[in-house]
Amino acid sequence: MMFNLINRKIFTLLKVQYSNMLEYRVEIALWAISGIIPFFMLNIWTNNNLNESINISDVMLSRYFLCAFFVRQFSVVWVVFSFEEDSLMGKVSPYLIQPLNPFLRYFAQHLAEQITRFPFALIIAFFFFIFNPESIWIPKLGLLLLSIVSTFLSFLIQFLIQSIVACLCFWTEKASSIERLIFIPTLFLSGLLAPVVSFPEYVKSWIYLTPFPYLIDFPANLLSGNETNISGGLSMQIIWILLLFPVFRKIWSSGTKKYTAMGS
Amino acid sequence: MNPRKYLTVYKKFLHTSLASELEYKTNILIDLITAILSLIGSIFLLSIFFQNSGIIGGWEFEEALIIQGIYTILNGITNTWFNPNLTEIVKHIREGTLDFVLLKPIDSQFFISFKKINPSGFLEVILGIFLLIFCIKINQIDLNLSFLILSLITIICSICILYSLWFFISTTTIWFVKTWNATEVLRSFLYIGRFPLNSFSFSLRIFFSVFIPIAFITTIPSEVFLGLSQSWKILLEVIVTLLFLITSRKFWLFALKFYTSASS
Repeated sequence: MMFNLINRKIFTLLKVQYSNMLEYRVEIALWAISGIIPFFMLNIWTNNNLNESINISDVMLSRYFLCAFFVRQFSVVWVVFSFEEDSLMGKVSPYLIQPLNPFLRYFAQHLAEQITRFPFALIIAFFFFIFNPESIWIPKLGLLLLSIVSTFLSFLIQFLIQSIVACLCFWTEKASSIERLIFIPTLFLSGLLAPVVSFPEYVKSWIYLTPFPYLIDFPANLLSGNETNISGGLSMQIIWILLLFPVFRKIWSSGTKKYTAMGS
Repeated sequence: MNPRKYLTVYKKFLHTSLASELEYKTNILIDLITAILSLIGSIFLLSIFFQNSGIIGGWEFEEALIIQGIYTILNGITNTWFNPNLTEIVKHIREGTLDFVLLKPIDSQFFISFKKINPSGFLEVILGIFLLIFCIKINQIDLNLSFLILSLITIICSICILYSLWFFISTTTIWFVKTWNATEVLRSFLYIGRFPLNSFSFSLRIFFSVFIPIAFITTIPSEVFLGLSQSWKILLEVIVTLLFLITSRKFWLFALKFYTSASS
């Protein structure tokens, strides 16, 4: 009974948000286009033969960057910006009365947006293959499933981190600047611009302990069929989620006590 | 057109927006850390590219740092002036408040482009200038009057081209209403300005000199710094700048004819 109710809630939320997101098709398409930086990076790598030194062939590297693009598309999180706006406008108050954590609503929004984004990402991949026909490949079914799981876990990690930052809105009003700060190491260390294997030794020695390589590098390696430590990567992702979730619970409960309903 | 009137109005703009931005003092500190980290990140990325290859696209590491410095300055200017103002256009058009702007006895483009200022971008400008001074030292560039004048001219041209691009995209809001994501696309393309144009493949090079003139924005000023640039390139940049400024102005006046206000 209880389980049924939660199930129905989630289903309804997803349905509502999906039809909401379909209204913004053009915006989401543009957003998908704005994620093509990995392809420019690929161009620098292969055009200057930089990949010879890290022992990755042109084809494998282009698959890596295509996968990095895909993983990024399905792990983009913007909850802090929505939450900041809602909390400044006083929209959080009605959400708080409902018997549903507002973050579930944002979560459904993200999932619905990813579903809307999927066809656009496929179109971009199609164009990528037209320009790079030699890099077409069909991933093994097992690896494909595992990489979908790890992309979702990467999305969860980022969603949790950003939700924690978003909760800081209860104290500072403008939490998005903290998010922009966290985005910098995510951008440079996650493997979006350069695969983590190519990093110098003094970075590689500690980077695998941070969550960053598991956000893009690990799922992208998995999907593209590059060498990676599968069980190690997945368990690190799960460990990070288990570490971050209690922090979110804690900051959410103390934040709601501090909430003062601005703008209403 | 009365320059003195515009100057007085601009002083008022500066005063009001600085006062409101300084409300969030911790934000400015966070933005400072973000700017520093982002510069470190890009130099880190550049060092990965150069760790196995002495020259990329005909540029040595020390020379490529100049591009990095100019990019940082331009990015700071974008964050200080263009970004806060031009994202505001979207809001004006969606909420119909552009009516009030058009009614004011002042040029609408001036009002929209200079109303707000975000002081945190200053820090990036200062960081970029420091990096450039450092580059002048390590590349042993001798400072003379013609060098200073030429580099100043090219950098001012870059700023104008950048402004026109931003303004152009923001103007399209009049038809498409939500162009917030289109500026994201522009932002991701501009990211390429961190790297020398010659490091890309031929087709991308053409794309980035004709459609989105990133070549003109960072590469030509850097070449001037190194004393490599031929005078025809500088002349071309000046012509392109004038072309961009005039077109964006004409485009704004043209777009205004289609403005139908909102919710009325």
